[in-house]
Amino acid sequence: MTETEVISGWIAPGARVLDLGCGDGKLLKYLWQTKQAPGYGVEIDDAHVLECLKNDVNVLQMDLEDGLAAFADQSFDRVILSETLQAIHRQEPLLQDMLRVGREAIVSFPNFGYWRARIQIALAGHMPVSKELPYQWYDTPNVHHCTLVDFEALCATLGIRIRERVVLRDGAPVTMLPNLLGSIALYRVAR
Amino acid sequence: MIVEAQKAKFTEPLRLKGGALLPEFEIAYETYGTLNAQRSNAVLVCHALNASHHVAGTYANDADNLGWWDNMVGPGKPLDTNRFFVIGSNYIGSCFGSTGPASPNPATGKPWGADFPVVTVEDWVAAQARLADFLGIERFAAVMGGSLGAMQALQWALSYPERVRHSIVIAATPRLSAQNIAFNEVARQAIMTDPDFHGGHYYEKGVVPVRGLRIARMIGHITYLSDDAMMEKFGRVLRNKSTPGFDFDVDFEIESYLRYQGDKFATYFDANTYLRITKALDYYDPAADFGGDLSTAFARAQADFLVVSFTSDWRFSSARSREIVRALLDNRRVVSYLEIDAPQGHDAFLLDDPRYHGALRAYYGNIAL
Repeated sequence: MTETEVISGWIAPGARVLDLGCGDGKLLKYLWQTKQAPGYGVEIDDAHVLECLKNDVNVLQMDLEDGLAAFADQSFDRVILSETLQAIHRQEPLLQDMLRVGREAIVSFPNFGYWRARIQIALAGHMPVSKELPYQWYDTPNVHHCTLVDFEALCATLGIRIRERVVLRDGAPVTMLPNLLGSIALYRVAR
Repeated sequence: MIVEAQKAKFTEPLRLKGGALLPEFEIAYETYGTLNAQRSNAVLVCHALNASHHVAGTYANDADNLGWWDNMVGPGKPLDTNRFFVIGSNYIGSCFGSTGPASPNPATGKPWGADFPVVTVEDWVAAQARLADFLGIERFAAVMGGSLGAMQALQWALSYPERVRHSIVIAATPRLSAQNIAFNEVARQAIMTDPDFHGGHYYEKGVVPVRGLRIARMIGHITYLSDDAMMEKFGRVLRNKSTPGFDFDVDFEIESYLRYQGDKFATYFDANTYLRITKALDYYDPAADFGGDLSTAFARAQADFLVVSFTSDWRFSSARSREIVRALLDNRRVVSYLEIDAPQGHDAFLLDDPRYHGALRAYYGNIAL
């Protein structure tokens, strides 16, 4: 089971989708092809924006740190933040804005509580480097890592309800000790 | 690419937005590429303030006269004329071939001069629609323009929603700001207070309000460049001297540049045209009839949109393009938006930044014919 499959499972046919930090637009293209879900991507990186255009995906070159002022209240069925949360400087206002713009939000991130990450810090004494987190500490775009426990605590603080959670490791769902054994977490959240 | 300018004459009068009736008019235009059998590959390129229908290529008898957007339009260029049939059209009121203030007034046989009516972006688009009819184009694959040309690309999608599949809107604003209008008014005052202006009837006096035109152009040029680009290009470098002259000759390179641009412009541009174009800019406001609400104004658009802005453009800033994007999103239009971090200012739309041209190439590549 891939992240894309999990996210796709949370998108109804024809749903209006906003994908924040959409990269090359492959997810949006997939959702259009499989769910006829019309979508827009938000992306800041020039190379990714060009890939989106090549993929014939609607892309809006904007900085997520500036908020989502371009989008009207409740104008999307789903607002996706896929593996981008950890690269955002101010997560609280963005999460709030996502649920202003969308009925529901989908958030995924690499779990910093994954045991391999813990071991690299605890025993080897260095910042984790892995398949999900391939960067060295000095060249990473990521600024705010979190664990499942951390994210769920933030949601509780912001009054955001968690409707569904899927935790993956190597493409398989993790149900036991997810904060320790899962490398990627996906959440479907709402107000 | 060797190209040829053509003219089409329209004898059915055109009622202008300002109320005047233009009894007849000609449009100068050029075409590049070949219209396909389905007539589905036509792209209209709209020009900005001082340009013309000569978008691309050169003339057989004037090899140095390269079209103003030749880096964008041509065989193998981002707007590829091997695939698209591209039309460059000169707006009415211009001084480059279409009917304008220097053309003869059919009522008198003398040049229109000051009597040529004030034309608007909507009027230009209405006139271009006649040209499209004449060329047998029911629906454009795209209408594209930068700056004032972008206003026409927007207006096409509003005036003739069913005739535009894609509207490509570059370095645009949905309406001028007070500051934009202020710059235009200074330019107009420069022209109208020139003793050689004669209330617009200077043709018959055999003079040209050169002083006014050159100052108008100098003002314009300041707004086309960013502060950084101007500093980068000219800095505080002195012109042909090592110390300031302590007089009022040219000291700095930037002064020399502005004087040169002003002088050049005054030799080929018409003052009455300049007045009218700046008015067309000032008046353009598609939201005006909708209580100022741009989203309501765009409700009738059917096209897909590509909107491009440049971060250093302070004449029509990225924030103004984002207003357009917001209005399109509110109407659930298909839209992509590029905010290109280019240093050159408003003029960046004429340059060939690889991100900008790459995006246009990709966008045109996905337009089905």
